[in-house]
Amino acid sequence: MRFELTPRTNASTMMRVFASVAAFITAFLIAGFVIWLMGRSPIAAFDVYVLQPLSDPWSLQELIVKATPMALIAIGLSYCFRANLWNIGAEGQYVIGAVLGSWIALKTHGMDAGFWVLPLMLLLGIIGGALWGLIPAFLKTRFGVNEILTSLMLVYVAQLTLDYLVRGPWRDPKGFNFPQSVTFDPAATLPPILEAGRVHYGAVFAAIAVLVTAVILGRTLFGYRLKLTGDAPRAARFAGFSSKATTLAVFAISGGLAGLAGISEVSGQIGQLQPSISPGYGFTAITVAFLGRLNPIGILVASLVVALTFIGGESAQIMLKLPLDLTQAFQGILLMCVLAADAMVSYRIRLAARGGGQ
Amino acid sequence: MKADVPPSGTPLVELKGISKRYGDLLANDGIDLSIEPGEIHALLGENGAGKSTLVKILYGVIEPSAGEIRWEGRPVTIGSPVEARALGLGMVFQHFSLFDELSVAENIAVALSSDWSLSTVREKLGEISRTYGLALDADRAVWTLSAGERQRIEIVRCLLQNPRLLILDEPTSVLTPQEAEHLFTTLDRLSSEGCAILYISHKLEEVRRLCRRATILRAGRVVATIDPRASSAREIAALMVGNAVGEVRTDAPHHPQGETLKVSNLSMPPAGLHGQALRDINLVARAGEVVGIAGVAGNGQSELFAALSGERLADRPEALAINGKPSGTMGIDARRRLGAAFVPEERLGHAAAPSHRLSENTLISHAATEVSRSGFILMNAAKRVARSIIQSFDVRAPEGDPQARKLSGGNLQKFVIGREIIRKPKLLIVDQPTWGVDAGAARLIRQALVDLAREGSAVVIVSQDLDELFEVADRMAVIHQGILSPLKPIGEWTKEAVGLEMLGVAQAQGGVHAV
Repeated sequence: MRFELTPRTNASTMMRVFASVAAFITAFLIAGFVIWLMGRSPIAAFDVYVLQPLSDPWSLQELIVKATPMALIAIGLSYCFRANLWNIGAEGQYVIGAVLGSWIALKTHGMDAGFWVLPLMLLLGIIGGALWGLIPAFLKTRFGVNEILTSLMLVYVAQLTLDYLVRGPWRDPKGFNFPQSVTFDPAATLPPILEAGRVHYGAVFAAIAVLVTAVILGRTLFGYRLKLTGDAPRAARFAGFSSKATTLAVFAISGGLAGLAGISEVSGQIGQLQPSISPGYGFTAITVAFLGRLNPIGILVASLVVALTFIGGESAQIMLKLPLDLTQAFQGILLMCVLAADAMVSYRIRLAARGGGQ
Repeated sequence: MKADVPPSGTPLVELKGISKRYGDLLANDGIDLSIEPGEIHALLGENGAGKSTLVKILYGVIEPSAGEIRWEGRPVTIGSPVEARALGLGMVFQHFSLFDELSVAENIAVALSSDWSLSTVREKLGEISRTYGLALDADRAVWTLSAGERQRIEIVRCLLQNPRLLILDEPTSVLTPQEAEHLFTTLDRLSSEGCAILYISHKLEEVRRLCRRATILRAGRVVATIDPRASSAREIAALMVGNAVGEVRTDAPHHPQGETLKVSNLSMPPAGLHGQALRDINLVARAGEVVGIAGVAGNGQSELFAALSGERLADRPEALAINGKPSGTMGIDARRRLGAAFVPEERLGHAAAPSHRLSENTLISHAATEVSRSGFILMNAAKRVARSIIQSFDVRAPEGDPQARKLSGGNLQKFVIGREIIRKPKLLIVDQPTWGVDAGAARLIRQALVDLAREGSAVVIVSQDLDELFEVADRMAVIHQGILSPLKPIGEWTKEAVGLEMLGVAQAQGGVHAV
């Protein structure tokens, strides 16, 4: 017996939409079954995970706050992934962006420096992330080093750099020896969009990134260049698109957006540097990018869905005593279901008996 | 009573009503075919006619959707190539499956069952080589061998299993005329010993040289079974494409003038481990003429194409001049802006992106010149360009703006050649313009290339198809191991002279004999 995959010639848009819905339902059923095995009520879990966050205004704001960095990072990653380049190190680019941007905030601390502080922080955040992203890109184009390994390993370098800074030179002298920096001045803080709201301007940056990317990928020669490089690299070279330039460009873009996410999170949400400034946004964004099928609007939706699992996971931990690991497991199940549904729309699967000899 | 001797008059193999459906496409539609013992039977058809599908069904690679296979009168199910070989079928594929780093004997041994020791293989190899004149050195590493020698390995591999039916898929596409003639002698010999041969080809002259019966497929169906000697090549071609194929009109070039392309002492190291270096290439193509470059595959054609197109750069600008402008160190886009256009050998993945729409595919070579403005794609312009290519070059494509992979090989080739010609280039460089393309499309493409030259452009055609070059080229050179022979007017070449150049004999005369 063997499985045969034959391409479908007539995969319709309707089928793709239906498949996405089916994938979500399947993922919920699997997760429900696991929760039932753990001796909890799947229905109560669904209520805590999904319905409560969506019906509570505070949680809805929290949803946007959590989705913001993931959307920004995933949008950046979609540039790389479309060109078939594997930037796995967005987490590190996020951290370095946050560190370099915060450097200005700490330098100007208590100086009442003026309006230019925040724009400069954001700019340095972008530059920091982009430079960090350019390291694996440079190693790949210059020496042919695999970008998956280098970008991943640079995450740990970035995290340990941050750790060193907040425990050493950047530690708040009046912070009772806690490993954290001073709290940023108001001039260095990304303000909320609405007075007293939780949602900061990072969400606006994410929305702009989505729109600009939709235009770039859909309408410009650069967008076509990425698609061609990913789908047919020889044809891309034939078209005159240098693969080195493409590699450097997409790593700079995705690093820059991850850096922007990092500095926005630190200055808009956390308000200071700590050893840990991300619950793994840079890695989860990889899932978000693929859940959104590398499409900017899709990524926006996917980032909200994944943010929901984060918030639901936190309340499930408190209210149902379910482990937080279950949240990550659910994100994985969801991605598998979406990919499987995609494959089933594109291919017809049948179980074939081996002919002859039987 | 011998069990393996069929009653007289029973065909060796008989296919009845074989059909194969892929989604909406009926690749084989009720095909009947029978092959007598010892017969050399030709299977003819355009690309996409269903030849490969039929052969793969016979060799057990794919299952038919319907139909019956009879072997010596008995119905059989052939579930895998292993079962096919057990029955007595052998197959030589168009693309060889050999390990480059292993020796000839090792390559043969890996394909056989484990009860063959390397020394037995060596012994049998020597025996078969002598009997059939298939000279092979058992200990040579495969990557040092020519395509003709590699094909011999595949044939010997089949012969070691004493096949009753040998299937060859386009076997001469990689051979010199001399090597091809050698192959035909071997096949005649095999046939006289009772081994049947199913010979797949689109080269009509060969089929008429070898076969007494030919089955012609068109659009998945058998349209005729004929004696190819009793019909003219033109009649057979007409059966294959469904209408009469005209000849290419080639009036003499008016007054070729101006050196549109001038290559001077171009040398280039090989790109990879088994690549071919280019050595001291000199070449001039003038406005108004077609220059042909012949040669056996793997002698530096793709390297030459990469150097001419700018996919690989020369080390100095003067190595190559387009319209008098030194451009050896310019990239492909810059060369396009100078009026050059290029069509690589590989349609899918190099000339075109399979999963992209035709309008998007126009961007690949038009981006440098049109269909974009300040970085934005002019999608409507791209669609217009695609439509006008489809109309001007008779590209038969599904309605609307289909993906490139939805087109048959011939139609996609018409599209990628049309995409360049429609830009009205001053210089067009084409690698294998009609490789794997049906007769009708091939004629249209050749005519378009000649017409472009007569309108005042220089056209350089790199091709393994000698008949094609003799038909359309005004001047021709032969490439062998990265060295280009001098260009001579086509009238001064004979097929024999070309064959000798292809083998490197002519260059080596009086000196070291190169093989």
